[in-house]
Amino acid sequence: MADALLSVSDLHGHYGESHVLHGMTFEVKAGEVVTLLGRNGAGKTTTMRAIMGLLQKRAGSIRYEGKETVALAPNQIARLGIAYCPEERGIFASLNVRENLLLPPVVKPGGLSLDEVHALFPRLEERRYSQGTKLSGGEQQMLAIARILRTGAKLLLLDEPTEGLAPVIVQHIGAIIRTLKTKGFTVLLVEQNFHFASTVADRHYVVEHGRVVDMVENDKIAENAARLETLLGV
Amino acid sequence: MFELLGISPPALFGQLLLGLINGAFYAMLSLGLAVIFGLLNVINFTHGAQYMMGAFGAWMLLNYAGIPFWGALILSPIVVAAIGMVIERTLLRRLYHLDHLYGLLLTFGLALIIEGLFRRQYGASGLPYNNPLPGGTNLGFMFLPNYRGFIVVASLVVCFATWFVIERTKLGSYLRAATEKPDLVQAFGIDVPRMITLTYGFGVGLAALAGVLAAPAYQVSPTMGSNLIIVVFAVVVIGGMGSIMGAIVTGFGLGVVEGLTKVFYPEASSTVIFVIMAIVLMVKPAGLFGTAK
Repeated sequence: MADALLSVSDLHGHYGESHVLHGMTFEVKAGEVVTLLGRNGAGKTTTMRAIMGLLQKRAGSIRYEGKETVALAPNQIARLGIAYCPEERGIFASLNVRENLLLPPVVKPGGLSLDEVHALFPRLEERRYSQGTKLSGGEQQMLAIARILRTGAKLLLLDEPTEGLAPVIVQHIGAIIRTLKTKGFTVLLVEQNFHFASTVADRHYVVEHGRVVDMVENDKIAENAARLETLLGV
Repeated sequence: MFELLGISPPALFGQLLLGLINGAFYAMLSLGLAVIFGLLNVINFTHGAQYMMGAFGAWMLLNYAGIPFWGALILSPIVVAAIGMVIERTLLRRLYHLDHLYGLLLTFGLALIIEGLFRRQYGASGLPYNNPLPGGTNLGFMFLPNYRGFIVVASLVVCFATWFVIERTKLGSYLRAATEKPDLVQAFGIDVPRMITLTYGFGVGLAALAGVLAAPAYQVSPTMGSNLIIVVFAVVVIGGMGSIMGAIVTGFGLGVVEGLTKVFYPEASSTVIFVIMAIVLMVKPAGLFGTAK
C-alpha cells in the first residue's frame, strides 16, 4: 500500500437517496495507467466524482500520497495534485479556447508549459480565439485533457475520453495517453471500450454494482478475454 | 426643427439628461443584480434596500463622523458590501440547493425588515444631503449641473470597468466559468464558495455605490430603494438576466427612453418601461441580451 499514489478502500457513495457505491476498493501506483471498466451505471463515473469530492455523501477512505481526502472539499483535493476531466468534457461556452485552456490554476510545480501543451494539441493553438463550445467533439475532448496538464497535477482522472468520437480521434487520444505516461503522469481512466483500454492501460479493474469485482493485468488480458466479455457484456 | 415639434431644446436636453441620470442608476443596479443572479442563482430583492443603505451610509458618515461625500463614496459601499457578505454567509448560503423562490422570499423579507428599521429610526420624510459639486457648465444648448454630469460619468466608468473585469480578465473568466459549472471550477482548485461570497459583496457594493451617488441628487429616505427597484427589475427582465453588457445598455437606454417619453407624451412616462417589458416578454422571453437557460 505504501507505494500507491491513490488508494481507495471501502468507498461508499450516494446520489440523493440512492446508494451507488458499495465499498469500492482499488489502488493506483505512481506512473501507472489504470482503468475502471464496467457496464453503464456500474458506478465508474460516481467513483471519479467521489475521488474529486463532488459527491455530497461519501464514506470510506480515499488516500492520495498517503493523505486522507474523503472529508475535503473539491478545491482542496485539486490542490493536492489531482485533476479531473469529466465525461461531458465540461468546456465553458462563455470562454474562448485559450481562456478554457488557462482556466485551471497551477496547483503544483512541474506541469507542462503552454508550449508543450500546444505541441501535443496543435489544433488548440490554431483555434485559440474560438468559443469553447464551437469546437468539434474531438477538439473539445482534446481541450478538456489539455487544460489539466498545465496545473502540475500528477494524477489525471479521465472519464470516458473516447465516448462518441471517430476511430481516428480515439487513436489520437490513445497516443496522447501513452505520451502522458512517459511524461510521468499517473492516469485513472474510466472506459466502456475495453479494446481501447487494452491499448493504453497497465491494469484494469472491473466494476459492477458499485464495487470492484475483478482485476486484470493488461498483459494477461488475452487469457482472460472470455471472462471479461461476460462481465462487461460486450 | 424643435420649434416645429413644439418643444424647446432646453426642455428636450434637460429631460434627456434626467433620463441619462436615471439610466445611470438603472444600469448600476441591474448590473449588480445580473452579476449576483449569474453566480448565485438568487434574485436579490434586498438590492433596493442595499442601495438605500448606501445613501444612508453616506448621510451617517457625514453627520456622525464628519466624513465628506468623497470619503463616503469609498467607505459606505465597503461597509454595506461587508454586511451583504455576512448575509450571504449566514442566510443565503442555506438556500442555493432550493428553488429560486426561496432566495427571492428571503431577500424580499430582508428588504422589508431593513426598510422598516430605517423608517423607525429616521422617519419616512427623507433627509437632505448637500451637493458636493455645486454649480454647472453652460454647454450652449443646455445648462449642465456639475454633479449630474459627474453621476453619468462615474456610472459609465464603473459599469465599463465591471464589464471589462468580467469579460476580459482572468478573474472574470473564473466568474464566467463558475456561473456555468460551479462544481467543475471548484474541482480545478478554485474556492468557489468564497468566490460566491465576494461576488455577492461586489453586487451589493455596487448597489450601495449607486446609493451614495443618489444621496445628493435625491433625498436620503428609507423608501428610495423600493421606489426604484421595481423599475430596475423591469430593466433586468428587458435586458435579460445574467447578461453584463445587456444590463448596462438596457439600463442607460431605458433611462433615455423614459426621459424622451416625458417630453413627447408625459402621461406615459411612468409606464413606458413596463409596456416595453411586456412587448419584450412576448417577442423574446429571455430578454434582449439574454440566452435561454
